[in-house]
Amino acid sequence: MLEVTSVTAGYGEFTALWDVSLAVNAGEAVAVVGPNGAGKTTLMRVISGLVPIRTGDLRLDGRSLKGEPAHRIVAHGIAHVPEGRRIFPRLTVEENLKMGGFLPASRRHYAETATRIYELFPVLAERRRQRAGTLSGGEQQMLAIGRALMSRPRLILLDEPSLGLAPVMVLRLFDLIRRVREEGYTILIVEQNVRQVLSLVDRAYLLEVGRIRVEGRAADLVDQDFVRKAYVGL
Amino acid sequence: MDPILIAEAAINGILLGGVLALLALGLNLIFGVVDIVWIAYVELVMLGMYAVYWLVTAWAWPVWLAGVAAVALVAVIGILVHLLIISPILSSPPVNQLLATGGLLFFIQSFATFLWATDHRSLRLTLPILDVFGMFLSFARLLAFAVSLLAMLGLYLFLTRTYMGTAIRAVSQDREAMALMGVDARTVYLVTSGIGGAMAGLAGALLIIQYSVHPYFGTAFGPLTFMICVLGGLGNMIGAVVASLLMSEVISIGGIITSTEMAYVVAFVIFIVAMFVRPEGILGRRE
Repeated sequence: MLEVTSVTAGYGEFTALWDVSLAVNAGEAVAVVGPNGAGKTTLMRVISGLVPIRTGDLRLDGRSLKGEPAHRIVAHGIAHVPEGRRIFPRLTVEENLKMGGFLPASRRHYAETATRIYELFPVLAERRRQRAGTLSGGEQQMLAIGRALMSRPRLILLDEPSLGLAPVMVLRLFDLIRRVREEGYTILIVEQNVRQVLSLVDRAYLLEVGRIRVEGRAADLVDQDFVRKAYVGL
Repeated sequence: MDPILIAEAAINGILLGGVLALLALGLNLIFGVVDIVWIAYVELVMLGMYAVYWLVTAWAWPVWLAGVAAVALVAVIGILVHLLIISPILSSPPVNQLLATGGLLFFIQSFATFLWATDHRSLRLTLPILDVFGMFLSFARLLAFAVSLLAMLGLYLFLTRTYMGTAIRAVSQDREAMALMGVDARTVYLVTSGIGGAMAGLAGALLIIQYSVHPYFGTAFGPLTFMICVLGGLGNMIGAVVASLLMSEVISIGGIITSTEMAYVVAFVIFIVAMFVRPEGILGRRE
């Protein structure tokens, strides 16, 4: 479904990703792990068009998205839940969801999609008229995921969803992401909680200083010293 | 001092506050979303006033129709200002943005002087003065206030009830996250500038029925409008309305107790003191 081929990208003079290749098949959940500063967030931003590709290619179902601006990527079926949630704090929960489904194609299905999201995250339904900035960290993360689902994407990019959450909330959040997975979405996730994320995904990549070092099935990686590498590097 | 005069001044203050609020809201909307202060904003009001004046006097249009045309015309001017002046300097340092929109102010003033000379031009409408419980209230002001209120209500409904309006508020909070929702901020900027322009045009149409227009009209109203925006908290819509009413009351009541000039002095002193006490504005958020 998603193919990233030999992508090099960065900010200004700085190169954050070197020759990175990665693939996500339809229905799969794939994780990208690695120490801080490895380029995980940049990789997500490249896929959603926020960071331009210097060399290499990005394809969704065989079609190149290279050079497409971020606001056009969503229409192709990729929704990005950015690092730090980035919900609109002074809009209500409901308005945040509306913005997630802004595009005409998703707007037509607003009621139906919103009902599904409220079933998935009942706390959002309780707080639908509340300003998003007043939600707890975990609730804000649910809202950020719900907002991304509003565009009815085929691929969801989750960037550090557990960042800044209390340990209890992290466990709950992983349960919820598991449920999102069971709904049939294809997921590419970046996470610091390596062990937990490996129990959630089919495959994983280890990214280190901008390069892919290890790739494999999650079940095989759990036992290796892969986990240690993911935290501290090789 | 006759209490009836004070009451009359208080009501006139509220009436003036309505139009000022319209201006402050337009300026605030653009600042909140595009993050650039249009120094030349009140010059657009002046253009709206001239538009109504010429349509009525030279083309014999009915005033209301000329007003509608002025709203549309200044909305287009607002969009052009964004496309030609603002959009190339969006990521420039703030001082350059200030210079560019400030330059536009001088350009519009000079251009208006060149075209229409410095004559004070008035529509010379004979609108009735109403006698309400011994207070004399100008129908033109009442009309201007009522239309301002309707426009503000319309803006409120647009910003809270429509997708585009909500997107305008969302972009003002997180431009990049909005790109991830599939919304091009440039489109939102254009819509916002058009609405800001329309509000300036409407304010112009409501002011020309009360005041005469001249190329330096903006110099008289501009500083007051900026002061209101800052006092209310830049970008804060409710703050803008509260500050408009506060300032227009000070000017109106102060004006009959002392003199109009003294009332302006008092208003600016209140502003300066308020800036020391609450630099973020009366309803501004602390960063």
